Formats: sequence, structure tokens, C-alpha cells
Amino acid sequence: MSARVQTAPFDLTAELRDFGGGAGAVVTFTGIVRDDTGRMVALELEHYPGMTEAAMSDYGTEAARRFDLTDWRIVHRYGRLAVGEQIMFVATAARHRRAAFDAADYLMDWLKSRAPFWKREIAADGRADWVEAKAGDEDALRRW
Amino acid sequence: MTLEVLYFAWLRERIGQPRETISTTAATVRDLIAQLAAMDDWHAQAFSDMRAVRCAVDQKLVDLDAPLTGAREVAFFPPMTGG
Repeated sequence: MSARVQTAPFDLTAELRDFGGGAGAVVTFTGIVRDDTGRMVALELEHYPGMTEAAMSDYGTEAARRFDLTDWRIVHRYGRLAVGEQIMFVATAARHRRAAFDAADYLMDWLKSRAPFWKREIAADGRADWVEAKAGDEDALRRW
Repeated sequence: MTLEVLYFAWLRERIGQPRETISTTAATVRDLIAQLAAMDDWHAQAFSDMRAVRCAVDQKLVDLDAPLTGAREVAFFPPMTGG
């Protein structure tokens, strides 16, 4: 059960070694930097050191309680990430698959709009635009 | 009291610095914002649309009416875009 922020890429195989705590089901989600505009080359992510780790840890703990997880892990990258690179990773482990899927979905919804990260889209010409939060992200939280 | 005030993303850019030490008697976050916005044009512009500003007191998300009693660190930033 852990939450990490880092600039380096992560290795899924290494992350899942010894992960699970005796679970019957492990679900992982990996977010990849994608270009929605046709001119973006990278994302630049800034975060709030200290609060980020604490918030991710709080959401992980809450997910564990709510979905009876045997293990969970959150890894979120920051800094400059090119299109196609990994941006974040969530793994959840539970006795049954439904709880593991739901917990991963729950964590993603919370991380999207409550973990203190801010994204900037970097275009090929060097232009940088802050990404605005979407109303749909806020709506997604109401499901829980 | 003395507070460390932190800014992130476009609030940091508009204000022109990532943090500053502020001496204040503000009772709530809203009072502190009024004081900051009155400092100069950069601060005023950063806080011109409060719908776009979120706040954390000692690294916990709070709403704008939250008290500042015992606070050490206050951060202002736009809605978060993680994940």
C-alpha cells in the first residue's frame, strides 16, 4: 500500500512483483500522454510536493476501506512527458475482481480532480497552454 | 500571524513567484485573498475569477470560508488536472 510521485518512468512488471497481499484479483490502470489537438508534443506536469503524496495516500487508504482491498499502489509522474509516455499507474488488489475494478475506477476519478497536479500542453512550436479541468471530471466524483 | 503562501500553475505565473511570506490578521481564507488581491495588479489579476481558484490550508483542501487559526501554509491553485 503505497503512493509515489516521480519523474522517472515506471516498470509494470517491477511494480507488480510482490504486489497483492494474497488477493484473488489485481487490476492495473496505466495512463498514457495523448495528443488531442494534433499539435501537442508533450505534457508538463507540476505538483504540490508534500500535499500530493499525502492526498494520494489518503485516497488509497479510503479506497482500501471502501472496497476491502488487500493492496493498492499509486505512481504518478511529473515534469515533461512526451506524447506516448506513461503518466500514471494505479493498481488495486482484492479478493474478487469487481471490487478491484471498482476501486481502480474510484481512485482514477479522485486523482483526476483532487490530487494536486496541473498539466500544461506543450506544442511543437513551443507554445504552452494550461489544461483546464473538465466539468465531467467533477461529475464523475458524484458517482461515488 | 505569519503565513507561507504558495502558488501553483497559472496563479504562480500571474503572481510572478512560487511563494511569499505574508504577515496577516486574516481570520479566513477569503479574508486573506482580499488582502493579497489588494497588494498589486498581479495579485489582483490572479484572484479576479474566484471560480477558478482552489485553496489548501496546511496541505488539506478547504473552501474559501475555512478559518486560518493555527495555519502555517496556505496554497492557491487552479482546479487540479491529475491522472
